[in-house]
Amino acid sequence: MQKKENQEVENRPDNTAFTQQRLPAWQPILSAGIVIPLFVLVGLAFIGIGVALFVTSRNLHVLEMDYTGVEKTSPCFSCSDPIKQKNCKCSLSFELDKLFEGPVFFYYGLTNYFQNQRAYGVSKDYNQLSGDLDYFTFFFSIVPDSTCKPYRYDVNNKPIVPCGSLANSMFNDTFNLYQMKNGVKEEVPLDGKGISWWTDYNIKYRNPSVNPLRNAFNGTVKPLYWSKPAYELDPTDTANNGFINQDFLVWMRRSALPNFRKLYRRITDGLPAGNYSLEISYNYPVIAFDGKKKVAFSNVSWMGGKNEFLGIAYLVIGSLCLVMSVVMLIIYHWRNSSPDAN
Amino acid sequence: MPWMSPLARIRDALAGQRARDKDLRNLVSNLPYEGLDKWKQPNRHFRNNGIKTTKYSVLFFIPMNLFEQFHRLANLYFVGLAILNFVPVVQAFEPEVALIPICVILALTAIKDAWEDFRRYKSDKKLNRLPCFVYSSKEKCFVEKRWKDVRVGDFVKVESNDIVPADLLLLYTSDPNGVCHIETANLDGETNLKQRRAVPGVCITVSNTDILLIIHAVIRTGCLGFSHPDLVLKQHLVYLKGHETKAMLNNNGPRYKRSRLERRLNIDVIFCILLLFTMCIIGSLGHYLWLESMPSVPLYLVPQTDGHLDTPSLSSFYKFFSMIILLQVLIPISLYVSIELVKIGQIYFITNDLDLYDEETDATIQCKALNITEDLGQIQYIFSDKTGTLTENKMVFRRCSIMGREYPHKENECVRRALKMYIYKIKILMFTKSLPPNQQETEVILDQKLLRQIRGTEKIDAYQDFFLALAICNTVVVSMATAKRLRVSARLTAEFQQTNQSNPLDTLSSLVRRAGSWTRLRAPITSETSANDLTTQGQSVNQTGGQTCSLHVPPQGTAPAVPAGKLCYEAESPDEAALVHTAKAYGFVLMSRTPDSVTVQLPSGAQLRFEVLDTLSFDSNRKRMSVLVRHPISKQCILYTKGADYAIMELLETPYGEKQQKAIASDTQQHLDCYAKEGLRTLCIAKKVLCDGEYESWAVQRQHALAAMDNREQLIMDSAVQIETNLCLLGATGVEDRLQDSVPDTVMTLREAGIQVWVLTGDKPETAVNIGYACRLLEQDDLVINMSCKRNSPCIPRYSEDPRNVDTTPDISLVIDGRTLTMLMSPDLRDRFVDLARHCRSVLCCRVTPLQKSEVVKLIREKLKVMTLAVGDGANDVNMIQAADIGVGISGQEGMQAVMASDFAISRFKHLKKLLLVHGHWCYSRLANMIIYFFYKNAANVNLLFWYQFFCGFTANAMIDHWLMIFFNLLFTSVPPIMFGIMDKDVSAEMLLGLPELYRTGQGKGEYSFFTFWISMLDAFYQSLVAFFIPYFTYRGSDIDIYAFGTPLNTISLFTILLHLSIEIKAWTIVHVFIILGSVTLYFIVTLAYGVRYLNYSGYWTLQAQMVDPMFYLVCLISTVIALLPRYLFHVLKNSITCSPIVEARHLDTLEPSTRDQWIKEWRSFRGRVQDKTSDVSSVSYADPKASLASLSYSSNGYIRSSDSNKTIGAL
Repeated sequence: MQKKENQEVENRPDNTAFTQQRLPAWQPILSAGIVIPLFVLVGLAFIGIGVALFVTSRNLHVLEMDYTGVEKTSPCFSCSDPIKQKNCKCSLSFELDKLFEGPVFFYYGLTNYFQNQRAYGVSKDYNQLSGDLDYFTFFFSIVPDSTCKPYRYDVNNKPIVPCGSLANSMFNDTFNLYQMKNGVKEEVPLDGKGISWWTDYNIKYRNPSVNPLRNAFNGTVKPLYWSKPAYELDPTDTANNGFINQDFLVWMRRSALPNFRKLYRRITDGLPAGNYSLEISYNYPVIAFDGKKKVAFSNVSWMGGKNEFLGIAYLVIGSLCLVMSVVMLIIYHWRNSSPDAN
Repeated sequence: MPWMSPLARIRDALAGQRARDKDLRNLVSNLPYEGLDKWKQPNRHFRNNGIKTTKYSVLFFIPMNLFEQFHRLANLYFVGLAILNFVPVVQAFEPEVALIPICVILALTAIKDAWEDFRRYKSDKKLNRLPCFVYSSKEKCFVEKRWKDVRVGDFVKVESNDIVPADLLLLYTSDPNGVCHIETANLDGETNLKQRRAVPGVCITVSNTDILLIIHAVIRTGCLGFSHPDLVLKQHLVYLKGHETKAMLNNNGPRYKRSRLERRLNIDVIFCILLLFTMCIIGSLGHYLWLESMPSVPLYLVPQTDGHLDTPSLSSFYKFFSMIILLQVLIPISLYVSIELVKIGQIYFITNDLDLYDEETDATIQCKALNITEDLGQIQYIFSDKTGTLTENKMVFRRCSIMGREYPHKENECVRRALKMYIYKIKILMFTKSLPPNQQETEVILDQKLLRQIRGTEKIDAYQDFFLALAICNTVVVSMATAKRLRVSARLTAEFQQTNQSNPLDTLSSLVRRAGSWTRLRAPITSETSANDLTTQGQSVNQTGGQTCSLHVPPQGTAPAVPAGKLCYEAESPDEAALVHTAKAYGFVLMSRTPDSVTVQLPSGAQLRFEVLDTLSFDSNRKRMSVLVRHPISKQCILYTKGADYAIMELLETPYGEKQQKAIASDTQQHLDCYAKEGLRTLCIAKKVLCDGEYESWAVQRQHALAAMDNREQLIMDSAVQIETNLCLLGATGVEDRLQDSVPDTVMTLREAGIQVWVLTGDKPETAVNIGYACRLLEQDDLVINMSCKRNSPCIPRYSEDPRNVDTTPDISLVIDGRTLTMLMSPDLRDRFVDLARHCRSVLCCRVTPLQKSEVVKLIREKLKVMTLAVGDGANDVNMIQAADIGVGISGQEGMQAVMASDFAISRFKHLKKLLLVHGHWCYSRLANMIIYFFYKNAANVNLLFWYQFFCGFTANAMIDHWLMIFFNLLFTSVPPIMFGIMDKDVSAEMLLGLPELYRTGQGKGEYSFFTFWISMLDAFYQSLVAFFIPYFTYRGSDIDIYAFGTPLNTISLFTILLHLSIEIKAWTIVHVFIILGSVTLYFIVTLAYGVRYLNYSGYWTLQAQMVDPMFYLVCLISTVIALLPRYLFHVLKNSITCSPIVEARHLDTLEPSTRDQWIKEWRSFRGRVQDKTSDVSSVSYADPKASLASLSYSSNGYIRSSDSNKTIGAL
């Protein structure tokens, strides 16, 4: 009989909060009364953040100069066609009326340069760049990686190292900064160490463990547009060659937007007020795509470079929230009084 | 197995094919061949009895399942896209990666299918392993074998209450008449017992140890003598097996219903495709312009392998396809899978609802259609059957009229009330094991006057005739209380239902399939022999009509007197049972029934054995049935007929000058009308005495009709009509069909919910109208338009000419007669009828046929473009159930046919209330919001990529790593919307039940409309603009790299999408919190882990680097806030300013339960005053449907008055 009883209620659903959909629930109703304090809080917080951002940004200085040389008055006009003018040099003078506190970041900038386009981005061989020697040599059209096409082999079918469009198009203008002190040019020391990502330098990109480095590159050719092979990128510092050359690493980190800057050097001590002269060895062609070349000096803070947009945005939204809370208050009162009036 | 040449094998296989395909099947008994090799078996060509309902086999699962899945257009589309990835010119990043989503979705579906199939396999195995007894000539007895080992040509022994393993040919039964009874509920849903006879001409000698096969059984099927009735039971030759059984052959695949929401969804998917193409064309054009604008070839433009560049136009043509691949997520690949998952969840909750569980039958709601749950929330019209749906379909004899005199059985009424409380506690017939079915219910309190009348006379007068007719004229089967019918199938069926439920995507079909071999065996209905002594007693039995080779003459008429109280009646219809019980109460006890005889015990104690000459069974055209018997004493041929009053009244003999007969007829008619007004079901009883000659000539015709090959049905009916003439009226009965529990309340609530309730019944208008009042379908103040017309007279309802304007009268109810309905359904009146019906509060259609029911449903559904629901319990409702958008079956007294045809099966009508108002509303609002959200989610995410195209030369590049893009949809944002679709609750169940008006929000367009879809798409565009351009302006001109830029975008997108959902979620439970937080955590964990592990990944260490930068957080914070501000404000303002019922209800929901109830009451009374002037009636308690019926039956004058004073339309 006991069993029978059990059988009879065999199909009875479990009486649990979950199956009966009676889990304790919080049912917030978004209405004026509840959101007023929220809006006030958010508004105040945002205004606070906005002020902080705005003030910080105001205290930052940035100096940006175009040296493309499109206009005839530009000092680099003569160099603007690098096909005709090999190893052209020009210099840019500028004056600082107040101190640029250190560290000052020295950027080069390009506009209208689509590092982010698709075919360009994939045109590289990671195995090569991580120092795998197997990918240096020609091996039945398997290495280097086919993504490098057409910058994979030269006309003699020798593999290009580093292969691919991305490496091939590496920015190759170089800069020297001089401070004019009483008519004497005094070179400002530029710090090129640690300008790339730590992980790029230490983990992601590796040189083949061959000493000297140049032996690893036997049987390969340098990229078409390069003037020097990869193992001679920095003649001053042998450790800064190959795939872990800082400038190379900076270039290989593709920029997100077509108008970008890339870090060139760091000026640790800052730039005191005065006259400066920037000597440029002008190599990189940009006329072909209506591009511009720039240099920029900027000091940075916790929020990065100078950018007033975010601060203003916070201020606007914060104020908007406060206004909204007032509107809500009005609605709240209107709602609360109207049913009683009825 | 000995060696056989391949050629011989092929020949053998071909021969087998021929044998199977032949119309005429020659079967040989397996006995002589027992133990021989397989290839020597004569019946080897036939398939074995094993049932296989599984779709797949282990070996071919993958190809078969893939083939199945690629039938879906959506899947093909996605596979096409995946293939497009491998076309080189399209320059997909990693084509392999693009395969992941489609593979995951295919795999998910395959796992689901495999799981279902495995369950089917398990249940098949269980079924195939059931034991049965097969005769073995070696063992010289019946040995136990498993079902699947039964072969064609075997002799099978089936015992009482066994389940029949295959289609069988009945050779022998333990019953002396060669009769057995079977129940076919698993096959056709009919719960009544059916008689089957052993094959005439087959003679079997049964001895203690051996079976001598006298006839070498060469049995031909399809020949007349072997038509259906002989096919089943007891000791048989198996002639059809497993897959060839009728049940398996009749099993069609499940029908596929598409919900309205899904249809609209598909339109929106097309919109999405158009949007995608627009975006791709923009991208492609942009790319062209970008290339054209370059003065010469820059360094960053990568030429083709051979060093030259494609022309801009060709390149932009390729970019079009690249864009499609990039932005393909806009067409929600996972939406279809998600919807299925959501519906599984919704159905899980529906089936687990305790309120939809019926204690008495131990039955929960069964959801058979799995893809129309949301339609439950949009119903506008309900078409209901009356008997068994609104009422209990448990008939109780109430009144009768004999020879023009009325016997009201007043005591009956009083006692019934006292018993009422007890009666409701009684278990329902079907599942009761301890209580004899209907015992308490059918206890008839005798009318003393009538009793005196019977006792007073000894001669066979009209009174005796009346009760004899009640006892004889039926198809009730008598069984012993001790050998009661065991519901063997009950447990098994329940098990299958369970399988079916927990296996939600499985379909009805499996149930039907399995039911195939489940025809249940019933014990023979004789008192002499028990089923078990078949082999031990060693008797050989003469089969009816066969050549005698009998060793044992079955005893006749020597049945020991069985105490009448222990008899148990099993009737096809509850009416019959009620009448037989009544006869028994008055002393006319139906003792036994065989095909040839009926034994009735008279009040005097004498037993009369009537020879049954013929039974003219009931059909819906004649609306009556007759039994032709030979009186044992007078040897007269007597025809007893019972049927619907109008079917009998027109056949009465017209006695010349015999006034008495006429008076009786008119008096009886009067009583009948009175009964009908009380809501009783009426039946007329008549008899006719035939002279022998008359019978002889008729019998010949009858034999012809029965033997006819063509047009048999019609001929049989004609022959019946021929003899059912010149009847002599004996009297009439009134049987009550009680209203089900809380039907009036349910009807009222459904109406308040804006649902029009129509009742379509086969009953008389008077009965229907009274039930209509009782269940509050009609109100006392209603204007009742009664449309009925005389036969064959043209009938044009001119309601438009009615002085009262229909539009201004609020409560119009329409009562339509079946005949009138036929005319109204004619093409020229159709539109006007629909127009009128639309203005009516309720419509009652009486005397309608099953076909008409479905026509009405179709008409309303198509003309008014509304969502319809049909609810019914009987076979006559099947058409209607299938015609409606949603068919609901009530598993009640009339078998399973309605349930099998239905989409949802409930056990009580009142469950409809919660099913529609709560679950329907929830399911609809959940699914609608989920789908909208899904479109939004994908659009918001994909648009980020689109905006980026403007900054990367439209080269179809992405600033987010491909893997992360795929994970974004697959992992980070997939679970929350599914949970949202399963578990969100906009308003609590109490509020939905308390305020039925809330249901109206789902009707018509509801929450998922053109408007809401585009609003959310616009929102998606806005949010993606914010999520893109705030970081853009922040990082513009800086040295940020591509993936470092993409990371905040992706993060903002995630937060926006999840917080958007949080705004939409109406009720937060721990599950919601857990899943939302879980998704965010998963995003960070996966992205961080991915950034560490993958050296090839260009975004190596990106998120890590970003997360130490405060700007990242500041950008994410403000972008998310700006993106969500408009929606948030919109919700706040909507909730604060407008006062939609849902919002009000949600406000009420937050109150304390007691104050909330107060509010609900106030709200309802306020609305009631406005809408429903009869709301004061609602204060009357209708907890007792009986009382309400009684009280209303007194006011039945009200009905007459109202229909008289108001205009009666028709018969113009």
